[in-house]
Amino acid sequence: MIRSGTVDIAFWMFSAGSVVAAWLVFRTDSMVRAAYWLLASFAGVGALMVLLNARFLGLVLVLMMAGEMTIMAVFMVMFMMNPAGLNPMTMVHQHRTAKIAGVFAFAGLALVGLVADFPDRPADARRDPTSDLGRELLGDSMLVFETAGVTLLATMIGAIAIASKRGRYGDAEQGSAPPALEEKPPEPAGMEH
Amino acid sequence: MTLQALLVVGAALFGIGVYGALSQQTFVMIMMGLELMLNGAMLAAVAFWAMSSGGAPKGQLLTVIIMTVMAVEAAIGFALIIGIYRIRKADMTEKLKRLRA
Repeated sequence: MIRSGTVDIAFWMFSAGSVVAAWLVFRTDSMVRAAYWLLASFAGVGALMVLLNARFLGLVLVLMMAGEMTIMAVFMVMFMMNPAGLNPMTMVHQHRTAKIAGVFAFAGLALVGLVADFPDRPADARRDPTSDLGRELLGDSMLVFETAGVTLLATMIGAIAIASKRGRYGDAEQGSAPPALEEKPPEPAGMEH
Repeated sequence: MTLQALLVVGAALFGIGVYGALSQQTFVMIMMGLELMLNGAMLAAVAFWAMSSGGAPKGQLLTVIIMTVMAVEAAIGFALIIGIYRIRKADMTEKLKRLRA
């Protein structure tokens, strides 16, 4: 438990802002605005993380999401109808079910958070969490960290493979019929060279 | 700022994300719902790290993993959107009723 007047006020501000911004993501008519409301929600959570003394992670989150939401806004303009919100937008399906599922998810998780008895062991304020994280990432948990890096590399390769226009066997639109096995055999490599 | 209050905020973000991911028709909006769910999960992870684990560094590591999941989800999601748009000219789930191109 962290007690301090200023921190409390900041906590209520950022958490209310973050939740309201998250709600507005699905209430605004413009998809570009939705992307920026989502960024606002992430910025609120990033600020909460800074309040919780996870300064490095909070700032990384804001930086990462600023980049991602810009890409998202560009995607909206490129692909989607009605990116600017000139028309009212309610593009939803199974609205009732979705609302009920959302309320149930919130109620269930909040109930667990309120009822369960979690240990009250606040982090030692004298330690530097950023330095702790750096030592963890390049020490005991280096394998985890490197695995995350390799996962991201594989993701990049996979994303390019999915999104590229030409597949290995021709254009993406043509389907993926493999070429015949018996075509012209390749010239044998010259032995005399 | 108590652990309970933080968990309720995280649950609210997760609930809104569930609603968005289930109700939206546009692919990018569905992705926004998924990201909101991860956002709530990440807030809860950091809250547990700060208030319930005694500041164990592995708690922050978990948050790094969640961020990796977010990045993977976004990259693969955008790639799939491009692929579907290229083949079907579709930007909504309702246009994908047939699996065959």
